[in-house]
Amino acid sequence: MSTEQLVGTGLPASVKSPRRPPGRGQLRRLELRWGLAFVAPYAAVFLFFFAYPFVYALWMAAKPSLYADLIADPRYLSTVINTLVFVGFGVNVKMFLALLLSGFFLRRRWWIKALLAVYVLPWLIAAAQACISFHWMLQQQGLIDGLLSGMFDIDGPIWLNDRWMAVAANIVAYIWKWMPFWTVIFLAARMTIPRNIYDSAEIDGANGIRCFVHITFPVLANLYLVCTLLSTLWTLGDFTTVFIVSGGGPSGYSDVLATLGFHYAFDTARPGLGVAAVMSALPVLIPVVILLMRRFQTREVRI
Amino acid sequence: MTVLSLPTLLSRRSSYRLRRVMVETGSAVLGVVLLIWSLFPIYNMFLIALDPEEGEIEFAGNLWTPEPSLDGFLDVITQRARYLEDFWRQFGNSIFIGLLTMVLTVLIGSLVGFAVSRLRLTRARLLTDLALLTYMIPASFLIVPYYRIMHAYGLTDNLWSVIAAQVTFATPFAILILQLYANLIPLELDDAARVDGASPIHMYLRIYLPVMVPALAVVAIYALLLAWNDYLYQAVLLSLKNMTVSMTQGQLFADVDAEWNAMMAAAIIYVLPPIALLFALRRYVAASLTMVSAGV
Repeated sequence: MSTEQLVGTGLPASVKSPRRPPGRGQLRRLELRWGLAFVAPYAAVFLFFFAYPFVYALWMAAKPSLYADLIADPRYLSTVINTLVFVGFGVNVKMFLALLLSGFFLRRRWWIKALLAVYVLPWLIAAAQACISFHWMLQQQGLIDGLLSGMFDIDGPIWLNDRWMAVAANIVAYIWKWMPFWTVIFLAARMTIPRNIYDSAEIDGANGIRCFVHITFPVLANLYLVCTLLSTLWTLGDFTTVFIVSGGGPSGYSDVLATLGFHYAFDTARPGLGVAAVMSALPVLIPVVILLMRRFQTREVRI
Repeated sequence: MTVLSLPTLLSRRSSYRLRRVMVETGSAVLGVVLLIWSLFPIYNMFLIALDPEEGEIEFAGNLWTPEPSLDGFLDVITQRARYLEDFWRQFGNSIFIGLLTMVLTVLIGSLVGFAVSRLRLTRARLLTDLALLTYMIPASFLIVPYYRIMHAYGLTDNLWSVIAAQVTFATPFAILILQLYANLIPLELDDAARVDGASPIHMYLRIYLPVMVPALAVVAIYALLLAWNDYLYQAVLLSLKNMTVSMTQGQLFADVDAEWNAMMAAAIIYVLPPIALLFALRRYVAASLTMVSAGV
């Protein structure tokens, strides 16, 4: 008789001492077996569609000569700088504004609730479509130029023809698309802070800024850090925004690592170089992931 | 309590009123700014979609189309526009990828989530860490080896290759959300069931899933949006024969003469399903987000 049946019927009939229910060790072993069964589908997905491609990527990028080629390419260096700027601003400006705006959306007014519904729209609009809209907006005589000439009677520059203008356009489009998501996360977290803490702080004479510094921020600090780390990983891997808004232009000077890797692999038919280009971000990615794992398990401030 | 003289009381009250007026004006201004910020690119989409001109898009710096027309939308619905002859099939492909990504992520994620937080496994934490390891490499960084491996698996130009990629990258976040949410549910519920002799599969179906509905709704929306947002994997793995709506848009940068009003109309139609899903599940989303973010 298998342990499974034993527990299933709840009658340990053939166990040596019939009065004792199945021991903890037995249960443990049984649950372990079940646990393996529950985890098996994900383990298969992880192995076949993540681990294997990842090892394959490491193997493709293992040749040292590839990195010599990368460093010799001036486009690689400018891409690394663009990536740092894109991630630095794209993550931090977005997260900080999201944190502040979540406080605004906490206010109980009917029109603020209605505004929230409009504000989350960018998150629901598919990335490629939203980016195409930004791309067209910045064409000559597009909506932005139209506004500038209509309101101030000036002609806009050729926006995407300048490296930093193109990088800035990518960042703005990225923030536009993803800020609502993080705002909603912070808003949800703020809703769990009991209202009466603020009320008593207000009676003690604390103003809005002091409430934010001494109550809101300490409570949200761990969440803010976790979200920032997660967002750093996701922003670093963002392909669509740069590929569509600026198209990497002017002539590749606003590329980030994801689009440069794509360019090497599919436009110049050097897949090894493309993989090496993106894998060169590993020294940054690994510490962020480790920090994220650590932070996820800790809970520092609770109310 | 101190007794305040009438003048100080009045001045305090007026300063309070002044502050309130300032706060109200400030939020009104901020509200208008946010409204413009959120709607500006969407307005631009409609501006282009309602343009009556066919063929090459001529930007004339217009703030509004002189003669708005629904021709763009009509051309999409009747599949008359170039590149969109197969629009409903492309839309069907997108729906297929989105729905299956959603269902599989919810299923696989909830199985792992249950095992990690409800079964007494000693190494459960290791499992979540392993899942998080997926984020060490962003999805876009793996496209080249992934493409080659799909070739080896015989899955090139197959919608399932895209679904597999989306599920792989959606599941770790799903596991995190589910784990955080499950932490807030007392384990006694399971112990009671164990005493009654329920097997883990019963506990999963009868206790875990019903209790976790709000968190599962969040996971579902997250997975659908991940698949909906994807451009790279669909563009690389699928051929023109199996296009999705997301792909058609990128194709067109090569072609200046495309019917951009129809393309933008297609983009606007493409936006509707996630909005409908979020609207349908909004109550669950609000409930579980609050609980989850309290757990971090």
